[in-house]
Amino acid sequence: MRVGHRTWLFHNKPKIIGTGTICGPFEGEGKIPNDFDTIHADLWLGQDSYEKAQKVMFEEACIKAIEKAGLTKEAIEFILAGDLINQITPTSFACRTLSAPYIGLFGACSTSMEGLALASLIVNGGYGNNVLAGTASHNTATEKQFRYPTEYGSQKPPTSQWTVTAAGAAIVSKDGEGPIVTSATLGRVIDMGMTDPFNMGGAMAPAAVDTIEAHLKECKLDPSYYDYIFTGDLGTIGREIALDLFKKHHIPVNREQFQDCGLLIYKEDQPVFAGGSGAGCSASVTYGHLLNRMRQGEIKRMLVVATGALLSPLSFQQNESIPCIAHAVSIEAGGVY
Amino acid sequence: MIFFWAFIIGGIICVIGQVLMDVVKLTPAHTMSTLVVSGAILDGLGLYEPLIDFAGAGATIPITSFGNALVHGALAEAERHGLVGVITGIFEVTSAGISAAIIFGFLAALVFKPKG
Repeated sequence: MRVGHRTWLFHNKPKIIGTGTICGPFEGEGKIPNDFDTIHADLWLGQDSYEKAQKVMFEEACIKAIEKAGLTKEAIEFILAGDLINQITPTSFACRTLSAPYIGLFGACSTSMEGLALASLIVNGGYGNNVLAGTASHNTATEKQFRYPTEYGSQKPPTSQWTVTAAGAAIVSKDGEGPIVTSATLGRVIDMGMTDPFNMGGAMAPAAVDTIEAHLKECKLDPSYYDYIFTGDLGTIGREIALDLFKKHHIPVNREQFQDCGLLIYKEDQPVFAGGSGAGCSASVTYGHLLNRMRQGEIKRMLVVATGALLSPLSFQQNESIPCIAHAVSIEAGGVY
Repeated sequence: MIFFWAFIIGGIICVIGQVLMDVVKLTPAHTMSTLVVSGAILDGLGLYEPLIDFAGAGATIPITSFGNALVHGALAEAERHGLVGVITGIFEVTSAGISAAIIFGFLAALVFKPKG
């Protein structure tokens, strides 16, 4: 059922019955290593390109999720996934081996929640049962695509973010037990005229606030309804801007309740500038760390708001501004997980 | 004293480069080209040579010196051979640097396989 202009309420309780999270060596040294199913010691994952490494990482996340849901590959009815690389090839190539109908998504770093929202919609509507949503990102593949190849040794300002090498996948199903996806609010494309690709958090913050504001209004909720609102990934600078905007719009979101996936994944002393980012960041932190906290009973209700910067290397070179988007998904603790 | 001025002048040139990147928001490639062209223009106006006399390595090591060397070679050859000298002279002074870049680049490529 739709409420308001852009919020879906899922009455048939689509559940996240299995998740898979994979990460690289740098993330393995971070704050939440125990929340990943597999930590790779080799950034290449034994492949001869970083793009191939990302593909393998995504495959592994999918297989892990299927395994943990107690299913087989054949039981997966649809795959909704995407990534940041040219024409989302790492995801599409990974889906060669999964043989389920595949819908490729591009929402930059918001792909994680875009996928989860659509998977829940399919399951809730009865158009599919076991639907897989997931995404991945690889630090060096993304740096090469959007900024400079790493061996060029280009300087980065402190506002820039560190693309996470990680993959996260979740299986949404009508049956089984797990955290319940209760609603989703889809984002509009918001462009505040920002042009600096080294300050994505600042560019994405208004989109995150717009979607959160719409979600609370359309669901008629107070922010205190949620134990936490997690964004992915505004970083330190974007988070401060978002908190300022909440204050300006008179939305009582408090500082402790408003956390960011990009700030949860790394230790404070890791040199990641303003924090982590990348499609795989919000996916792996949500499906690993956050759902584990939900399983432990620490989180009962959370709103995950994945934010994406919808630029391309070409649009940046042509001096276009950076339009942004944010999709919010509400997840609540269900039965035994 | 020459060390002091080398440090100050070399440092100032680098600060200009950093400001071009951080404040003017030029890309690293644009910053480099801007500095090379600046060095070339300064030499064309006869200002870079006095700077080298004054600051030594502080003026010869930064990339501006490359622009200076391009124009310097071209002007020197132009005096000897006229207009054709402008073309043949451009790499007169810089040939050592360019040849070194090619040779060492080739040797490094034999040993390493860069792919970031």
